[in-house]
Amino acid sequence: MLQPEPKREVLARRDAIVAGLREILPESGVIAETLRMKPYETDGLPAYRQMPLAVVLPETTEQVAAVLQFLHREGVRVIPRGAGTSLSGGALPLADAVVVGMMRMNRILEIDYADRCATVQAGVTNIGITNAVQGDGFFYAPDPSSQLACMIGGNVGMNSGGAHCLRYGVTANNLLGLRVVTIEGEIIDIGGHHLDAAGYDWLGLLTGSEGQLVVVTEVIVRILRGPEGARAMLAAFNSNEIAGQCVDSIISSGIIPVALEFMDRPAIHACEAFAHAGYPLDAEALLIIEVEGSVAEQDYLLGRIKQICGKFDPISLKVAESAEQSAAIWKGRKGAFGAVGRISPDYLCMDGTIPTGQLPLVLRRIGEMSDACGLKVANIFHAGDGNLHPLIMFDANDPASFATAEKFGADILRLCVEVGGCLTGEHGVGVEKRDLMPVQFSPDDLAQQRRIKDAFDPGWLLNPSKVFPLAAPHTQALAA
Amino acid sequence: MSEAAGFAGEAGVIAAVRAAYASGTPVEVCGNGSKSGMLRPVQAGARIDTQALTGITLYSPQELVIGAGAGTPMAEIAAAVADKGQQITSEPPDFSALFGTTAPQTLGGVVATNLSGPRRVAWGATRDHVMGVRAVNGRGELVRSGGRVLKNVTGLDICKLLSGSHGTLAVLTEIVLKVLPRPERRGTVVFAGLDPVRGVAALSAALGSPYAVCGAAYLPAEAAASLGFKHSVALARIEDFAVSVDYRTAKLRDELAEFGAAEVLDDAASVAAWAAIRDAAPLHGHEGAIWRISVRPSAGPGVAQALSAAFGARWFMDWGGGLLWIAGPATQQAHAAVMAAANQAGGTWLLFRAPDSLRAAVPVIPEEPAALARITASVKAAFDPKGILNPGRMYAGI
Repeated sequence: MLQPEPKREVLARRDAIVAGLREILPESGVIAETLRMKPYETDGLPAYRQMPLAVVLPETTEQVAAVLQFLHREGVRVIPRGAGTSLSGGALPLADAVVVGMMRMNRILEIDYADRCATVQAGVTNIGITNAVQGDGFFYAPDPSSQLACMIGGNVGMNSGGAHCLRYGVTANNLLGLRVVTIEGEIIDIGGHHLDAAGYDWLGLLTGSEGQLVVVTEVIVRILRGPEGARAMLAAFNSNEIAGQCVDSIISSGIIPVALEFMDRPAIHACEAFAHAGYPLDAEALLIIEVEGSVAEQDYLLGRIKQICGKFDPISLKVAESAEQSAAIWKGRKGAFGAVGRISPDYLCMDGTIPTGQLPLVLRRIGEMSDACGLKVANIFHAGDGNLHPLIMFDANDPASFATAEKFGADILRLCVEVGGCLTGEHGVGVEKRDLMPVQFSPDDLAQQRRIKDAFDPGWLLNPSKVFPLAAPHTQALAA
Repeated sequence: MSEAAGFAGEAGVIAAVRAAYASGTPVEVCGNGSKSGMLRPVQAGARIDTQALTGITLYSPQELVIGAGAGTPMAEIAAAVADKGQQITSEPPDFSALFGTTAPQTLGGVVATNLSGPRRVAWGATRDHVMGVRAVNGRGELVRSGGRVLKNVTGLDICKLLSGSHGTLAVLTEIVLKVLPRPERRGTVVFAGLDPVRGVAALSAALGSPYAVCGAAYLPAEAAASLGFKHSVALARIEDFAVSVDYRTAKLRDELAEFGAAEVLDDAASVAAWAAIRDAAPLHGHEGAIWRISVRPSAGPGVAQALSAAFGARWFMDWGGGLLWIAGPATQQAHAAVMAAANQAGGTWLLFRAPDSLRAAVPVIPEEPAALARITASVKAAFDPKGILNPGRMYAGI
């Protein structure tokens, strides 16, 4: 992968830059020793690695501001980092860049049940918010698979989703306010404790901006009261096509399940071998469908869904009779990445979205590509919203295998765009899909996005080499 | 969303913006002008409207998306989705009575103003349901963002940036919205005779219940009377399958018994009451200025009380107490009182309707701190370098 040339004059001044950072932060907040920087050289996309110039761990917004002001003055690139769980290489360092890690900003500052919001620092984990409020029956809705580790600041950066987006939306739909620091080191409050701030929708623009525009230090999230209960069911079918038609039929009936997950045959087998969740191994496609409400409401909805599924000649229908049985149904799906990891030394997790009506065609084409390139693929899919997660299995010790996997992944994403979808539904562009952006966007589309980047960060110091293709005829991305 | 730049009428918009760009002529950007009374008046030498950009371009009910030209009347879109048992999630209001116009509002107008109805408190604003846009920036270039799928984080989210930008960054030409099934039934639990503080407490308890309340408004006696209620009312709406609405309204009434005996409105009465709240019917017929203030819900009653004391405001609250509709005299003193009360509550405000003389003379939305104001100016220039699109609509000089 092509990366921008490190700035030689920055590399040459490394000792002075580290010394300058030590003047701003306490001793333990600046890491410059190779061994101790090792954990920061990669993220959730470990195929790419690069040691940074240094790592800083600020504890307050003011420290972040002072660090950015200093690095801006020195012309040093900045890599914001949460827990480092990005699957698209969003936190991959550059040799001449300083990683600004948010893990020490991990305090919950305010919980307000009457106004249904919480103010948290960027380094609080996603699950940490729910853990803090669930004793009172509340939760924070977006639930990415990495929620035990990933941090809310990173969730804002990537506009993270999860399995319950169809009902509860993604990160952008669950925020009220942000405290951010500009590359010049200015602290700005966006939004607040209220809905729909006047002026341009900075909250919407900054969410999912992948660290290109500002560094997020505090977040005001909406918290929701949980439902009385939730229950899942399994429905197994003879083909991907039939399962896809069943999904359409459920949604057309007016039911929006809180979760609607799809697994193809390879995914079913991998997950069952790993989790022993009781998935039928003779099925070509499996749906996990979850509904919420009182027990009577769950019975009503699951009864209607069962009736709809019955029209599609299911191999099996299994409705959970208890919370334990629901958990068992989810266990296989939630362990999917680990399950695939067990049968293949390495895998790439792709993340395109397609119009749901294109599902049978896309899965058939992915199967053909898999046969042609000789790499296996398991498909897991948020069926209600069309967000595909093909897991491409390869061997990282074999460079040819990795190259084939990358090409296979890119071909899948091109296919997603071709059928009316997009490159990434929830993982972000990062470095991984950077060079595919022209597949989805015209030169004018990308130029407009670059001009927004220019408006916030004219020197292109914030998280460079991500999101925007390097090869484009726009000198700033390369020459900054 | 159509891929080729062939959407009927779009080429005309591109040509018109290019001509304005070449000559540096400021243009008023609008749909049918039904909300042109909002914010600041625009001084323009020409007008670019979206009236040639009509028609539904995409509707896939099972994929929950509808796309249409920006000039398509909202009523046409609402009818198309209703025909398939669906609805526009953010419940866009119809302010024609408030603005004294018969012009039908357009899809582009609703998105450009990001106006949402009572359901916003539970299901998000209009901007949360904009999945894709095509738009012409101030250079006359077609810019696309998002698409026709429900989950998309590819690149910077220009869909949200253009939503609520009042035509100052680009001319929207085509928009794809996410839609949802229209619930089988609606029901409303009504607590009568509560003062504003207790009323908002009841709404907070309702919104904090497990029953998925999707509308929460408080009307003081005068506003309540316009909807046919005898006393002040706090209303909590539930929309769902019939069995769920019956069950949940009963549970809510029982669990919130500390707020007094509640009445339950049936489906027809709920539809009528929430349409009136959505369209700010309690303020219809008011001659002066109208403001919208957004605060944390628990601060709503204090703001209402302050403005009642300051100029005898007529008011009511939606969004659980977080949205205040305020009517008062169209004077700079009243406007100053609104700004002070909203700022003190840590919220935001908008001069929603006022005579041109007032809205041209005062800030109509809060001025931003210096660092953010610089970004606003830079982003405006990033879309519209010559400042020709709706100049001065949001801020003087922008």
